[in-house]
Amino acid sequence: MLTETLGPVLIANRGEIARRIIRTVKRMGLRAIAVHSEADADLPFVREADEAVQIGPANPAQSYLDAAKVLEAARATGAKAIHPGYGFLAENVAFARAVIEAGMTWIGPSPEAIDKMGDKINARNLMEAAGVPVAAGTREPVTDLSLALRAAETIGYPVMVKTAGGGGGIGMSVAHNEEGLAKAYEQAARAAARFSGGDALDGPAVLLERYIERARHVEVQILGLPGGKVVALGERDCSVQRRHQKVVEESPSPGITPELRERMLAAAVRAGEAVGYLGAGTVECLVDADKQDFVFLEMNTRLQVEHPVTELVTGADLVELQLRVAAGESPEVPAEPRGHAIEFRVYAEDPKRFFPGPGKITAWEEPVGDGVRVDSGYESGNTVTPFYDPLMAKLCVFGSDRAEALQKGRKAVAEFTVEGPKNNLPFCAELLENAEFVTGDYDTGLVARMRA
Amino acid sequence: MAEVRAEMVANVWKVVVSEGDTVSDGDTLVILESMKMEIPVIAEDDGVVAQLKVAEGDVIQEGDLIAVIE
Repeated sequence: MLTETLGPVLIANRGEIARRIIRTVKRMGLRAIAVHSEADADLPFVREADEAVQIGPANPAQSYLDAAKVLEAARATGAKAIHPGYGFLAENVAFARAVIEAGMTWIGPSPEAIDKMGDKINARNLMEAAGVPVAAGTREPVTDLSLALRAAETIGYPVMVKTAGGGGGIGMSVAHNEEGLAKAYEQAARAAARFSGGDALDGPAVLLERYIERARHVEVQILGLPGGKVVALGERDCSVQRRHQKVVEESPSPGITPELRERMLAAAVRAGEAVGYLGAGTVECLVDADKQDFVFLEMNTRLQVEHPVTELVTGADLVELQLRVAAGESPEVPAEPRGHAIEFRVYAEDPKRFFPGPGKITAWEEPVGDGVRVDSGYESGNTVTPFYDPLMAKLCVFGSDRAEALQKGRKAVAEFTVEGPKNNLPFCAELLENAEFVTGDYDTGLVARMRA
Repeated sequence: MAEVRAEMVANVWKVVVSEGDTVSDGDTLVILESMKMEIPVIAEDDGVVAQLKVAEGDVIQEGDLIAVIE
């Protein structure tokens, strides 16, 4: 039944995530169709797909972000379902609707659920109504600086300033006083204008929230089943960040008590049920490490980059679960997590300042071994171009406990060879010797302290 | 005279100054974009923009000349 309804599956993405999705689609006996830009023609995901369609030039706006071209490729190849991966069109409501209207299966939640969660202000208000804790903050878009100053006075400094749309930490910054707020607001407003194509009629959609000084970023993986039931598949700690972007993730979180974990998982289930969530999604929270309390941050209505750590501790294949749920099945819910998993994002960037360092890969050798998983988008001879994000690979390790996972991480990082582009493997090695990280008592300020 | 060169492969997202403009140390000359990150290119001297070698949309390589400040 599944094969008949879903295959062939078109993967509207690139790099490591396209490759990882193709692997599961083929394992399930379905045809996998890749789309790619001119710049990506030589990447492994194009070769490993059963069929590949070049849809445009390197510029993502003319290829991976061009909904019409992706849909045309789907029609031309007879695809019956589209998996969007993460980023690009994954949280694009109009695209999800167009896929469904074209008679294909959208491998993701309903366009309505994406829409409700896509605007961070709307999502905050909705979560508050569903009984999920949120930080003190603005309930309506802050469209000019004077409104921002007034709101900050009510909330109390420091405040986090961010855009209602978009993601990836772009436009986000902390303001400790009025002067800082003017700068932070200007930055967020500029980013908001870029997200909306520069024509936001009502002014930029910016929001302010109370900033937690020593916060951990902990998120819950949820899975919505046909019929409305939502289950939680454990949490991931993503507190190792640079420029508000994740670098290392682990599960379980070493920084929350079992009691707090239970409350967070229950809240994430409520969050998913409040929007009738179907498939895999992530409820991101900020944890106050000192108070052992949490607030809702945002919900990502798609597969997450760091989903492998959940797969390693639960034994589940989240892409398979997404496909089964999209086909209307009610798959068996994965077992309780056991052991410990850590993911290191191998970025094409210098390990000191974390500035982009694209280039041609002259040597690429991945570590192998028990408890080592590498999801990579590249191989030797490929060129990492400046057109896309800097993620080259995800190095994941699994151990029976955290100490064993750390030990496997040290060995695997040392055995990973990347030559050509700049890469952050030296940073990963440094992190694995950092006292805060090794004890597990760290927060989102860790990387900044390492580089202070 | 100070030459401003690209530190990495990037696209020129925005050109902020024009030839003949007077700039101060710390002013943004152009904004590059590489791997979804905006990278402002900053003047490291006071002076006048004598030459501007890039336009919006250009793809530039590491070491390419962006501007000359006199």
